Amino acid sequence: MKALTYLGLAIFLTGLTIFTGSIFLGGFNLQEADLTTFLNDKGIENELLQTELKSALIDKEPMGIFDFSSSVRGALQKNNDHFDSLIAEYDAAKEWDKKGAQYQYRINEKDFRAMSFSLAKKAGVGFIVENRGLMWLLTFGLGILGALLFIIPQLKLLGPKGIKNDGVYHSAATNRGWIAWLVLIYLVAFYIVLYFMADYVVNWTFILDPISNALSGNDASQWFVYGFLYCVIMTVMAVRMYIKYRHNKYQIVRTTSVLFFQIVIAFLIPEIMTSLNMPAYDFKNAFPLDYDFFFDWNLESLINSGGIGLFILVWGIVLTLVIVPVMVYFFGKRWYCSWVCGCGGLAETLGDGFRQHSSKKMISWKLERWLIHSVLVFSLVMTLVTLYCYFTGESSFIGIPADWIKNTYSVLIGAWFAGVIGTGFYPIFGNRVWCRFGCPLAAYLGFVQRFKSRFRITTNGGQCISCGNCSTYCEQGIDVRAYAQKGENIVRSSCVGCGICSAVCPRGVLKLENGPLDGRINPTDVLLGNDVDLMTLVNKK
Amino acid sequence: MKHIVIIGNGISGVTVARHIRKLSDHKITIISAETDHFFSRTALMYVYMGHMKFEHTKPYENYFWKKNRIELKRAFVETVDHENKQLLLSGGEKFAYDKLVLAVGSTPNKFGWPGQDLDGVQGLYSKQDLDKLEANAPNNKACNRAVIVGGGLIGIEMVEMLLSRKIPVTFLVRENNFWNGVLPISESQMLNRHIKSHHVDLRLGFNLDSILADKNGRARAVTIKETGEEIPCNVVGLTAGVSPNVAFLKDSGIELGRGIKVNPMLETNIKDVYAIGDCAEQHEGINGRRPIEAVWYTGRMMGEALAQTLCDNPTPYNPGHWFNSAKFMDIEYQTYGWVFSNPKEGNTHFHWIHKDDDKCITIEMEESTRKFIGINNFGIRLRHELFDRWLTEGQSTDYVLEHLKDANFDPEFYSHYEKDILSAYNNKYGTAIQPKKKSWKRIFSKA
Repeated sequence: MKALTYLGLAIFLTGLTIFTGSIFLGGFNLQEADLTTFLNDKGIENELLQTELKSALIDKEPMGIFDFSSSVRGALQKNNDHFDSLIAEYDAAKEWDKKGAQYQYRINEKDFRAMSFSLAKKAGVGFIVENRGLMWLLTFGLGILGALLFIIPQLKLLGPKGIKNDGVYHSAATNRGWIAWLVLIYLVAFYIVLYFMADYVVNWTFILDPISNALSGNDASQWFVYGFLYCVIMTVMAVRMYIKYRHNKYQIVRTTSVLFFQIVIAFLIPEIMTSLNMPAYDFKNAFPLDYDFFFDWNLESLINSGGIGLFILVWGIVLTLVIVPVMVYFFGKRWYCSWVCGCGGLAETLGDGFRQHSSKKMISWKLERWLIHSVLVFSLVMTLVTLYCYFTGESSFIGIPADWIKNTYSVLIGAWFAGVIGTGFYPIFGNRVWCRFGCPLAAYLGFVQRFKSRFRITTNGGQCISCGNCSTYCEQGIDVRAYAQKGENIVRSSCVGCGICSAVCPRGVLKLENGPLDGRINPTDVLLGNDVDLMTLVNKK
Repeated sequence: MKHIVIIGNGISGVTVARHIRKLSDHKITIISAETDHFFSRTALMYVYMGHMKFEHTKPYENYFWKKNRIELKRAFVETVDHENKQLLLSGGEKFAYDKLVLAVGSTPNKFGWPGQDLDGVQGLYSKQDLDKLEANAPNNKACNRAVIVGGGLIGIEMVEMLLSRKIPVTFLVRENNFWNGVLPISESQMLNRHIKSHHVDLRLGFNLDSILADKNGRARAVTIKETGEEIPCNVVGLTAGVSPNVAFLKDSGIELGRGIKVNPMLETNIKDVYAIGDCAEQHEGINGRRPIEAVWYTGRMMGEALAQTLCDNPTPYNPGHWFNSAKFMDIEYQTYGWVFSNPKEGNTHFHWIHKDDDKCITIEMEESTRKFIGINNFGIRLRHELFDRWLTEGQSTDYVLEHLKDANFDPEFYSHYEKDILSAYNNKYGTAIQPKKKSWKRIFSKA
């Protein structure tokens, strides 16, 4: 059994190495015809740029992706340098009309990577492009096979069903040891490349082109790779959840739910919508987590898509304003955060082994409240500015330029906070960094949960022995024990209702439940089981 | 403002300190030789097993004590000089008090077995014991077998701990069935089977004879009294119960029995000296309880009561209905009210066990009226508040079972067994009770 897990680990690492190494493989050799198509598609008539790209890319030996990318960006930069110097010249000469006429020929630096990606997508040659199926087997195939071989023997190795956290704090993977740091470095690098240097991973998109074509009729983008990888990782790690918590039906049902919403609602349906020439939409992704829902390009795309576009527009608004709060009233924010949400889904599957790293200190709770509510305000101000500018045609509101604030939010919150830090730091800061400190939707749900919801974690009278398992394994950093040992129900805005505190409790003290609002919050000083008179005396307010 | 000194920073001492602070401005000092800060003794096992770090067992962050003006002193108390109202600390320091609370806990029992003080022989009570076990049994290479002597709650915890590091364990239990002094036999037997299913070498009905030393004075084997069999091992866990930790008070003038004798006000025979928790011994058990109760919950309750007395609201220790809980490897256990291993006179047991052999309940009731006396539940969680209320109301077992769905405390989506339980009950007593649907109104209505 043990040998099987080592074999699995070896196979998994082989798959991961090939996957990572595939970035460095293959050649990129752009044909003139493809360049012409590209230029036509983009409507680029600027001759200088055409010449620069041609001389950088055409009739060359096949290059690696890094050379190819820097050649493209070099050509774009040369183009910009040329026009920048013209602009400076005309500026000095005070020829304003001529100066103004030059800007259209510049390429926005933000688009360099996207253009490099598009060209590389056309230029790929060699083994990967010619053997996409084989490459899939060597990367995804080996990865999945190895991971499952590593995970499935746990059925036997973990022993009889029950809570098995033996050795969590003895392992370099789950106790912030060298494995955890390696994983952190890999994940952070992965997100930085994915968000900011997507052209480097164009080879990964080749591997998934056949699947993407079958689903949507389009070649795979880096976002398709991310979505597909996300589903694969969640599925494999859900198997681990099913085995680890096989005695706990709440965990099994919940895991199945997040898996369904990720694969069907977040991944398949948007792809199928694309194939039907509809705007792709993730029907569960609620604003303000879906922060670009009210961006001008999205509104325009929806409005121009006929009936389905309008339906999505109305659905998106109703989802945030009606469905989300009503569901939180009845079930707590768990219905979203740990049953439906994609970020939550990854945290609850891939991240489960790191849940114990969330800080339980009072100071972290204070930081949490400042940060998450700031992000909520940030997202609302951004949306307000965007909508004002959309409807009035202005470019800024209350002194805030719409483009600037959208861009700042997308990079700082959308990419760095939610992605690089949110997931990259799993192994050190726990699996819910984003959900706890950053997610504006979680902040909104939290208000409803704290002030108007039937959900609570009931503490079972006087049974708590203050052991600390609940607090240790709370992924949201709630000091659950602080409430349980006072016989007090846990009613906290940040609780995502994962149910692990209840699962790890050795004395049956905690139960997630939805019940009447009366008595939901029940502070006590003397716990049940003592002198009745004393309890009444001390607990009376 | 008085200076209240508490010896012992366990649940009893800390609870009394917290409540005194809520009620008054008295100066409070807690003295402990064991650790700087309060930790949950019951959680020590999880540190060895790697579920938690020692830090996680501390229920309050370190700033808590200063913020609440509770002074912590790390020292060992040699003796109490009550005539001069002072403590003598090791190192010669004298420490004055106005009122003294003894919350000094227990020590593991040793019954004079030959070899009981050898290296590699230990109990599991204190933080120091945990450190010792980490040194004695870091893995299954350094420790290729351990023998645990004594089939109680600490014994089975120690078994579970060692198993988590894949160390083979022999478990010597004096009774013919595990914890049968407390549990009805059918429950003990279910636990026997559960323990064996974890590949424990469970020896029922056997006593330790002696522990044999190797040439370095380290335990190398134990011998069994009944058979003379020699079991080679490197670690011996002595878990045959605990006794009040009162040796240091022998000549202090404070009245001792097995523990520190106290009245229901938790006062000793000496003015301004009180005792609570494991170390306190009532002259007579209160409400049918034992004179010494070495349980987490009772320690806390004594602390809650004594704080009132110390803050000018004299309050006797008057616990409510008995309750307790434990976990035997993968099977959780709770109890409400009284269930004895053999029903008390005039009482009878109703027992139900699930075919998976990991869930069962036993209800003790009056034979003639079927008045509900208590329940043991294994593998099913039940609501403390409801059982406490039903006991106060003196409900019948018929009523309790009819409303059992209200009391279920298992996580959502778990299978329910009320129907099964009731059909067994109806069969046995010729009743026709149907389980009532769960009602929030009943659950949250006050008695």
